Amino acid sequence: MRVVLAEDLFLLRDGLVRMLEAYDFEIAAAVESGPELTKALAELDPDVAVVDVRLPPSHTDEGLQCALAARRARPGLPVLVLSQHVEQLYARELLADGTGGVGYLLKDRVFDADQFIDAVRRVAAGGTAMDPQVIQQLLSRRAADPPLGGLTPRELEVLELMAQGRSNAAIAGQLVVTERAIAKHTSNIFGKLGLPVSDDDNRRVLAVLAYLDQGR
Amino acid sequence: MGARVRSAVRAGLRGLCLAAAGLAGSITLFVLSVLSIVFVLLGVGALTTPWVLGLVRHWANWRRVVAAEWCGVRIPATYRPFPDDLRGGIVGQLERCRLMLGDPATWRDLRWLLVDMTAGFVTAVLPAGLVFYPLEGYAIAAGLWRVFTDGTHVGYWYGFVPISGQGTALLAALLATALLVTGLFTAPALLRVHFLLTRSVLAPADGELAERVRVLTETRRDAVDTSAAELRRIERDLHDGAQARLVAMGMDLGTVEALIEKDPARAKELLAQARQSSADALTELRDLVRGIHPPVLAERGLGDAVRALALRLPVATEVDVEPAGRADAPVESAAYFAVSEALTNAVKHAGADRIWVDIAHGDGMLRVSVTDNGKGGAVIGAGGGLSGIERRLGTFDGVLAVSSPAGGPTMVTMEIPCVLS
Repeated sequence: MRVVLAEDLFLLRDGLVRMLEAYDFEIAAAVESGPELTKALAELDPDVAVVDVRLPPSHTDEGLQCALAARRARPGLPVLVLSQHVEQLYARELLADGTGGVGYLLKDRVFDADQFIDAVRRVAAGGTAMDPQVIQQLLSRRAADPPLGGLTPRELEVLELMAQGRSNAAIAGQLVVTERAIAKHTSNIFGKLGLPVSDDDNRRVLAVLAYLDQGR
Repeated sequence: MGARVRSAVRAGLRGLCLAAAGLAGSITLFVLSVLSIVFVLLGVGALTTPWVLGLVRHWANWRRVVAAEWCGVRIPATYRPFPDDLRGGIVGQLERCRLMLGDPATWRDLRWLLVDMTAGFVTAVLPAGLVFYPLEGYAIAAGLWRVFTDGTHVGYWYGFVPISGQGTALLAALLATALLVTGLFTAPALLRVHFLLTRSVLAPADGELAERVRVLTETRRDAVDTSAAELRRIERDLHDGAQARLVAMGMDLGTVEALIEKDPARAKELLAQARQSSADALTELRDLVRGIHPPVLAERGLGDAVRALALRLPVATEVDVEPAGRADAPVESAAYFAVSEALTNAVKHAGADRIWVDIAHGDGMLRVSVTDNGKGGAVIGAGGGLSGIERRLGTFDGVLAVSSPAGGPTMVTMEIPCVLS
């Protein structure tokens, strides 16, 4: 799987390259600025891009803007955005086109290599990887609202993991229960929230995220 | 013509009010002040003087207000502020007396009381006389002269016209007309002369400059205090937080090095602990950075930073941003933290369930308003969050206004002079 990596700090870039190579990814390019990233995304046609939000030369949200522009040029281009901080505002912009293949994670998540690589693979496959912090923010502000308030603690747990983009199998693994139990929880959740049930993991996540983000 | 008559009559009425109130008020206050200051020598005066001089200041401030409202004459008030830590009781009162008597503005006030009861009275009564005295002239011509004279002798003087019959009464009407015409054209200007006289006595020669220096000194002191306190807080947070965790992490890693062959299981446990320490250190640093300069503010500017902040609030918040450009970083930062404080207040104290934030730019001013539908009753009190905002904005010559009637809604408005880039 070919990856374009954009990160301006040498130590982090180097570490990410080594980690991705250790998990059999092919690094198509490892760049350190916005213009280089734009060029690499346009020319190298990678399977997934791993992008830091803040990049030179402007040191603002240049990485995010480049990624969004590349996705406009090639809808569905898988992009995993990394940042020192996560904001619902940015998450919403990334999810806005509703095509999936989007990840938005704190840089801390690279500490857990297995989970991080899992997220990269999920995004590359057109799935979603939202940082737990984003999901917690979304949930905490709506926790008291009627439909969410009606979920059992277990269902809330499942909803949280589902919103991060995990598949039923992954959620079952994490909560140490059977996949069938998770499927039951998810159909309960969709019923209580009044969302259409979907077998497609990705469409399901986007629906949940849109639901959590609405009314704002 | 109608407008001219209205403004002349208004100037006449105002002149009358100023003349009457001025004479009574200024004489009373002057006598009280002189007595009270003389009694300072006997001791008693030291207790009454601050009170009397306070009344004088109220009196002068009322005059400043009407000068600005009626004639657009701005008279700066340049009283020296009392220190915040003034003690209560008799000691505080003595200190206050000393400070007030040492303030040149106090002596200017007393001089003004003298001028106000003499020249001030004349300049105030003049427009009133020019507008209202003619009424008597017309009344005499219309027949009132019969009350004063039977037509054989001079029974009354209207101005310099001796009234001795219908003929001279008509002359009185003529004089009245001349006065009235003069009054119509000059009354508002004469009233303005009264206020210019007031300003020449009340305002120090370099009043605006002195006021500016005072404000700048105060806001600079606040800015220095605030940034010193911020630095102390950051130092403490780093010292107790991230720094301590990195030390713990280094220790764990050292132990791992020693244990890795002897006790791999324990080493693995310590590695996990070290990783947790580094994650905690990162979280703490992230929170710290958010408090110093929020990343979204650096990346996107004020509008999006406030939007991102609103998304973190537990209360539905609508953010409306108008300006296209970016203000200077320090201004943006001050505005951001001001909005943040106002939002915190709305969520924590007002019990609001809807908040509106409006950000606009116009006439060289950045205007931000935060409105909530909570229970109201917010005030800019000493040590409160709102007074913190006020101090923070003061550094940029920004101002804060709070409208918060009991029962709500609360509206906090800020204005900061700045240009957008």
